Formats: sequence, structure tokens, C-alpha cells
Amino acid sequence: MPTSTQTTATGPAAGAPGPALGPDVHGTKPKAVIRPGDRIFSAATLIAGILILAILAGVALFLLAQSKETIDAQISDPSAITGGSGFFAYVWPLVIGTLVSSAIALVVATPFALGIALFTTHMAPRRLAPALGYVIDLLAAIPSVVYGLWGIALAGNLTGFYIWLAKWFGWIPIFAPGADGSVSNTGRTLLTASLVLSIMILPIITSLTREIFLQTPRLQEEAALALGATRWEMIRMSVLPFGKSGIASATMLGLGRALGETMAVAMILSPGMLTASLLVSGNQTIASEIAQNFPEAAGLRLSELISIGLVLFVITLLVNMAARAIVAKTSVKGS
Amino acid sequence: MSKQIDIKDLNIYYGDFQAVEGVEMQIKPRSVTAFIGPSGCGKSTVLRTLNRMHEVIPGASVRGEVLMDGSDIYGAGVDPVNVRREVGMVFQRANPFPTMSIKENVLAGVRLNNKRLSKAEADDLTERALRGANLWNEVKDRLNLPGSGLSGGQQQRLCIARAIAVEPEVLLMDEPCSALDPISTLAIEDLINDLKDKYTVVIVTHNMQQAARVSDKTAFFNIAGTGKPGKLIEFNDTSVIFSNPEKEETENYISGRFG
Repeated sequence: MPTSTQTTATGPAAGAPGPALGPDVHGTKPKAVIRPGDRIFSAATLIAGILILAILAGVALFLLAQSKETIDAQISDPSAITGGSGFFAYVWPLVIGTLVSSAIALVVATPFALGIALFTTHMAPRRLAPALGYVIDLLAAIPSVVYGLWGIALAGNLTGFYIWLAKWFGWIPIFAPGADGSVSNTGRTLLTASLVLSIMILPIITSLTREIFLQTPRLQEEAALALGATRWEMIRMSVLPFGKSGIASATMLGLGRALGETMAVAMILSPGMLTASLLVSGNQTIASEIAQNFPEAAGLRLSELISIGLVLFVITLLVNMAARAIVAKTSVKGS
Repeated sequence: MSKQIDIKDLNIYYGDFQAVEGVEMQIKPRSVTAFIGPSGCGKSTVLRTLNRMHEVIPGASVRGEVLMDGSDIYGAGVDPVNVRREVGMVFQRANPFPTMSIKENVLAGVRLNNKRLSKAEADDLTERALRGANLWNEVKDRLNLPGSGLSGGQQQRLCIARAIAVEPEVLLMDEPCSALDPISTLAIEDLINDLKDKYTVVIVTHNMQQAARVSDKTAFFNIAGTGKPGKLIEFNDTSVIFSNPEKEETENYISGRFG
């Protein structure tokens, strides 16, 4: 152990070294030797940990302090707040818009992400798999502005599909056409924004689940195969149960990204009142509302935007806590 | 319920590397055959070719014939999945499915065969398989608890129960006791003795006393040096191998003089 003897030799500040050998005659407990390397390391990790908490608390405090004006207005004169009927009437359509778009993105992206991850880890030919994984990771590197531009281009091409949806599935409220029987003719609706979001969160879910699937114990896979499982049965018996908690946390991270995504939604969505239908223009998400109004906001309006930011902060916090709870509940013990 | 295995000129490869060369062997039904030899001599590799688990490893391939009651399991159009349903396997380390209960573990293979079991049939089969693996009395009150809560030896017997629940023709065991204490080992050895009434059992072991205790026939594999293929040196009745082997190499190995 040349390194450890070296550090003790060069480090006189290694604390009071207790008796190195033999029982202590005075009956006091011998102190454990503390090496400077360990001290520095533990201090560094402690600082890093505290820093994260401090930043998080700082953000929360800032949001709260800046929201004060809105809170005061809500108490003294609710009609002063945008919309004219108080803060909650203003914020809840935005919350619904945010949750709906993120939920759609998650529902669309998760099956694809799991499929791609399973394909690259367990089905793809050996040579193809790494290349495919690399391409998926590249999706994560595309700036969201580019996704926004692409989404606008996509929107125009989706109108035909939306007309078809409204014609055949219009009886479902979310696919209902507008009052005049038509759908948005630019296609820049919440559904388009959600579909673009789903592609944006695809790489994060894919690469996390891929890592999880790669860690399936070989012995578990062989246990299934030796019983005469086909490849799909092996995946169902060994890979998926083992990866359950990982899949849950990966989708929650994807959800977190979808909730906070701003640029692409702000560019694609032509915002408006909350409507149940996803095919007509309307609806808005919190992040995009902030981005679109922030440059011209001042005074109470600015404080309003910051307080809806606080609401978003709380939502993401809750999502992460839910993710933790799910992971703790579903993680597999044993081999 | 039990098949004869004929191995003819079996050569096994990992990519370009030849791991095993020219194995010829006939394994009789309802017998226990032990594979012994130093590490890396290819005995586990040969065992894994008997249920086509060898090819699960990327780049692995096989040349030669393995006949089960006369039909080649490497023949054209033979589905490895069907081979594995007839040839059960128990691994070096117990590997029950961690998310399944004891009962679900036992029934895992049967459910794969797309059989619909009534509850009575399922209960009956669970009891039969667990009795067959000498585990019933220890677990009958906790069939719905996870299999991972059992001791190492019990988990290994659970894996044996899982393998015999599908009523295979042949049972392969890859060092089934190497991670177990002597008492659990004894329990498994007793079990192997019972199993040979119904199945063709092939066991790989590093423990020569174990081979001597449980097997009818013993195959000794050896390797000439690193990078060279493993070979079957001698295949004979266990009593002959351990008392009066024909080859000097075998004699040296079983008496502890290597090389």
C-alpha cells in the first residue's frame, strides 16, 4: 500500500492518530486513523451536496419573493390579475395544458423508447446496435429551437390527418372539431406540440432504459432461455421485471423534461383559451406562456409570470417525488 | 421420459477459437454422467451444447452431431426453443426469477409451453415438482412468497423443481453445488440419485468425490495448454475411472498429480 503510507507520512494533519496496535490499556477507545485524502474527498462531496440543496432553496426563495406582488394582488384585488378573475382562474388552464401535452408526449414516446431500447439491447444484429444507439443519443443533442422549426413544418403536413381524425373520431372530446366544424388549418395545435415533445423526450427515455436492460443479469436471461423461452418470453420473464424500476424512473425523467420544455412549444403552438379539443388552436403551457410574455412584462404582469413559474416548479418537484416513490416500491431485490 | 444422447465428432467454437475438439460419447438414458476436468477444459461448453444454450453466446458455433434418441438437435429446421423445452438445465448459481413467488417459479416453464392450467392442476404440479426436488416440506407453507427469500441450497433445489416441472427428457447440471455448503450439497446429491430413475442426468463438477458419489459414468476432459482445444480423454464407468483408469492423464488428474 505505497499510497496510503505516503499520505500518512506527508500528512501530519491527519488528526490525532490513535494507538496503532494492541489494546488500549486505559480503556478509552482508540481513534480511527483519518487520512487527509479521505477528508478532502468527503469535504468535497459534502460541499457539492450542500450546494445543490442551496441552489434549489435559492430558486424556491426567489420565486416565492417575486410572487409576493401577485399574492398581494390576489388578496386585495383579484380582478387586477390577467384574465380579470384572480390568479387561480389564470393559472389552471395553463396547468392543464402543461399536464396534457406532457402526458400525450409520454404516452407516445414510452412505447417507442422501450421498443428501441429492447431492440438495440436484445434483438438487433451486433453490428447495427451500437450505431442505432448512437443515432438515438444524437436526437438529444438537437437544440430545441431546431425542433421548434421542424415542428412548424410538421404542423402544416398534419392538417390532413387532423381533418381525418375529426371526421372519424370527432365524437371523442379531445378530437372534436371546432364550433364551425373545422380543425386548425395551420395544424399548430397542442397535439402537434405534444408530438414534437414526444420526439424530444424519446432519447432520454431510450438511453436510460437501454442502460437498464443491458444490466439484466446474464444468469436471469439464461434461466428463461434454458426453460425454453423464446426471445420475447425471455424479455418478459427476465429483462422487463428486472428493469421495472428503471423504466419508471426513465419515464419520469422524460416527463420532467416535457413539463419544462419551452422553446419548441412556444414556437409551434398558437396559444389561446383552454379547449378540450386538441385539434383546434388554443391551449397553452406554463413554460411557453412565460417565454412568450416575459419580454414585455413588467410590474404585476412580471410577478404573475414568476408565480406561474413557481407553480411549474412545484409540479416538477411532485413528479420527481412520485418517481422516487415508484422506484422505491418496484425495485427488485435479489440477484 | 428419458432419452439417450449420442455425441458424434463434436467440435465447438467461439468465433475462430476452437474450444472443444472431437468429442465422441454415448450417454445412456436413466443414468448419471459426470464431466470432470481442470478449469477451461471445455466440460461446461460441451454440457451447454446439449441443450443449444452454447449458441446464446455471440459468435459461438458447433460442428458435429448431437443425437437425442437418434434425431440430431443441430439438424436443419430444429428450433432451439423446442430442444430446451426437452432438456432442462440447472446453473452454477441458483437463479430463481426474483419477482416471482416460489409457486410461480416452479410453474414458469410450464406456462411458457402455453399450457392452460386449472388451479387444481397448477397446485398439483407445484407439489409434485417441489416433492421431486425434495423441497416441498420446507416451503409448502409459503408458496406465495418470493423465491429469492430462500437459502442458497433451497434456491438451487427450487431451480431443479422448475426444471423438472416441465418433465424434460434430460437434465443438465452445471456445477450445481459449487456455491453451496456441504449440507445443501448433500441434499442435492441425494436428489440427483432419485432423479436418475426418471431422467438422463448430466452433471459438470469440480469435485471429484462428488462425481464418484453420484455418477454411473464419468467423462474426463483435459486441455493441452492455453489456447488449445479441450478434448475428451477418457469416458468410462465411474468405478473404473476412479480405481483403474486406462489413461495415465486421467490417473494423474484424479490422484492430484497434474501435468
